[in-house]
Amino acid sequence: MKWVCLLQNAAAVVLRREFHRSAPASVQVTVRDALNQAMDEELERDERVFLLGEEVAQYDGAYKISRGLWKKYGDARIIDTPITEMGFTGIAVGAAMAGLRPICEFMTFNFSMQAIDQVINSAAKTNYMSAGRQSVPIVFRGPNGASAGVGAQHSQCFAAWYGHCPGLKVVSPWSAEDARGLLKAAIRDDNPVVFLENELMYGVPFEMSEESLSKDFTIPFGKAKVERQGTHVTLVTHSRYVSFCLDAAAVLAKEGVECEVVNLRSIRPLDVETIEASVMKTNHLVTVEGGWPQFGVGAEVCARVMEGPAFNFLDAPATRVTGVDVPMPYAKILEDNSLPHTHSVNAVSMCVRVCVYVKRTVILSAVTAGIPALC
Amino acid sequence: MAAMRSVKLSGVCSQAVRQMTGMNACRLLQQRSFRVHGVRRQQTFDPTDKPQFPGASAEFIDRLEFIQPNVISGIPIYRVMDRQGQIINPSEDPQLSKETVRNFYQKMTLLNTMDRILYESQRQGRISFYMTNYGEEGTHIGSAAALEPSDLVFGQYREAGVLLYRGFPLDSFMAQCYANADDLGKGRQMPVHYGSKDLHFVTISSPLATQIPQAAGSAYALKRENLNRAVICYFGEGAASEGDAHAGFNFSATLECPLIFFCRNNGYAISTPTNEQYRGDGIAARGPGYGMMSIRVDGNDVFAVYNATKEARRRAVAENQPFLIEAMTYRIGHHSTSDDSSAYRSVDEVNYWDKQDHPISRLRHYMTERGWWGEDDERSWRKESRKMVMEAFEKAEKRHKPRPDLLFTDVYKEMTPNLTKQRDSMWKHVKQYKEHYPLEAYEK
Repeated sequence: MKWVCLLQNAAAVVLRREFHRSAPASVQVTVRDALNQAMDEELERDERVFLLGEEVAQYDGAYKISRGLWKKYGDARIIDTPITEMGFTGIAVGAAMAGLRPICEFMTFNFSMQAIDQVINSAAKTNYMSAGRQSVPIVFRGPNGASAGVGAQHSQCFAAWYGHCPGLKVVSPWSAEDARGLLKAAIRDDNPVVFLENELMYGVPFEMSEESLSKDFTIPFGKAKVERQGTHVTLVTHSRYVSFCLDAAAVLAKEGVECEVVNLRSIRPLDVETIEASVMKTNHLVTVEGGWPQFGVGAEVCARVMEGPAFNFLDAPATRVTGVDVPMPYAKILEDNSLPHTHSVNAVSMCVRVCVYVKRTVILSAVTAGIPALC
Repeated sequence: MAAMRSVKLSGVCSQAVRQMTGMNACRLLQQRSFRVHGVRRQQTFDPTDKPQFPGASAEFIDRLEFIQPNVISGIPIYRVMDRQGQIINPSEDPQLSKETVRNFYQKMTLLNTMDRILYESQRQGRISFYMTNYGEEGTHIGSAAALEPSDLVFGQYREAGVLLYRGFPLDSFMAQCYANADDLGKGRQMPVHYGSKDLHFVTISSPLATQIPQAAGSAYALKRENLNRAVICYFGEGAASEGDAHAGFNFSATLECPLIFFCRNNGYAISTPTNEQYRGDGIAARGPGYGMMSIRVDGNDVFAVYNATKEARRRAVAENQPFLIEAMTYRIGHHSTSDDSSAYRSVDEVNYWDKQDHPISRLRHYMTERGWWGEDDERSWRKESRKMVMEAFEKAEKRHKPRPDLLFTDVYKEMTPNLTKQRDSMWKHVKQYKEHYPLEAYEK
């Protein structure tokens, strides 16, 4: 019996070494692996951190994000829960109140609606209601937004729902670097954080620098990243749609329209300064998101730009590109047409064309009238 | 090793562990050592004709029989004193000292006095809302006395006596109800939503039963700490209908942690009587369904509550398993100041409980029997307790309200730029229109 256990231990050590192989200068890492490594490192760093959710332990996670963690850390740190979001979210909140630092995984954020009272009324509001005495350092994470062919109840985007509530911090990573840095920051943050991943991004590899692979690499909340510099139009977006915007920007660049793509990274707090600086440079704003238009992330961005100095720099009204205002249909052709997709590249370009056209017209007419044009 | 463990184990899974081979036991202990009653990973197949289903450990039966829920003679109610305060079975008398018992009595009556004054103050428009604890004082004091001071308490909203027993000052109760500058909660919560980090009483949260799974999560955290601390979670029989309650009970049994669920079954959930709330044998009968140790006690018998909670606490910590105590009692007062219970129950019914079966009078009979309390004590204590409450009340009335600045703090652990901006613009506005804002009533 003893030598079997020894062999098992040896195997585990080898596996672990595989796991922690130090990366060369720049390496391709999928979003899934970035999340996995971030959690592994934070579990190791602070023994109060633990992960709970459905299927996270022996099954390695419904989307394999927690692969290998149960083998390494065991039952005390990686907990499989019964099927009750309301239950395990409440458990996680209680554990956080008593001094642990849970990571609460929802199989998708759609299921978090069954637990939303615990997230909002208990996690988000408690620090305020207890006058700063009771903090709830918890991370709620899981895939958010549309996947592929999963229908209405598995495809909703919750960025606007959670972004609405004071007391929560809400982040939406795009790349592997975003995922790693934001997740580490979220776990180390003493506030409740809603961490919105995207299922279709899990398998996408990204280049990661040595700095971004270091153990203490965190990305501060409330700082957006300009993924692509541009001069003609600002595309403000988050999560998967950063990819779409970059693709659209490549297409538009051929037509002579240079797009600046702003990856929000953080929904709450929102980085208004970066958006404003960009709009003041390009004079045109388009927001792109997968969620529904009413009361959405794009609506908030537009309202904020209106309230600030960048309003005076807009040459045309801001435009929102969003999901269609319907519950997500299942049939592929319907689904494809419900989201900003390849056709939206054209839609965006059309919007921009109109904007730039208007600008050109203004400039032309200003020149003919002898008035110096506002560039 | 596996065999020795199984002797100490109780419950269904002990059989499972005994069936393990040595190899499986080793793996089990390696991977599941944190959870003693963990699910068996592999079954060894028994060649005889016994059920092999993973979901239940039971025998076959060849008669079609439905199990009849027993609501006519349900789980018996443990009590130590009769309604006249006489000890029924002397071996169950906890034999507490005179000081301890007098303290119980004084705390229960002080709570009663505070309730009367604060209820009146709501009626007079001085505070916006209040909930009394009439008739349930025994459940608070008996259970609070049986815990250690560092045990974590999750309440529902009718557990002020627990906080009072632990030493929460009258001034702080009043300050919370008045939301004045002395309020530990900085004026953020409506009345009776007390909280005290020092006394390990988690701030009351309005949505019902949310504290149940939270208590289980906290108990898990305390188990990991391993410092002889338990969690107690109070809730009413109505709140036990919430989905959170099911999730919390089910979960706590699987998590194996030091947790006491204390249900105050007081007969009503606002106007809903228990016969409309559930059809089963109360809350205690649900415990075994979740694999939990359960007991039903006479909530108006402070010694019964004390004994049950003390033993449950001892075992919950020693054995890392949850206990369910259902304390039967009666809500003598209205649900809250927003309720008039004469709309749904008779005055006679309320009078019966007030006069014939009240925790305060039962304890008083016990004390007078032993010469520990007399008419003079009663008179002077009534005067003194009323004086204490009135002093705290007058002080709270005069106190300033909290600084308006406190509107913006504690949303997050750190102040955010947008909140700082909002705060500054608020002050600008208030200074500009100061004749419209009564700043003298607020702390600077």
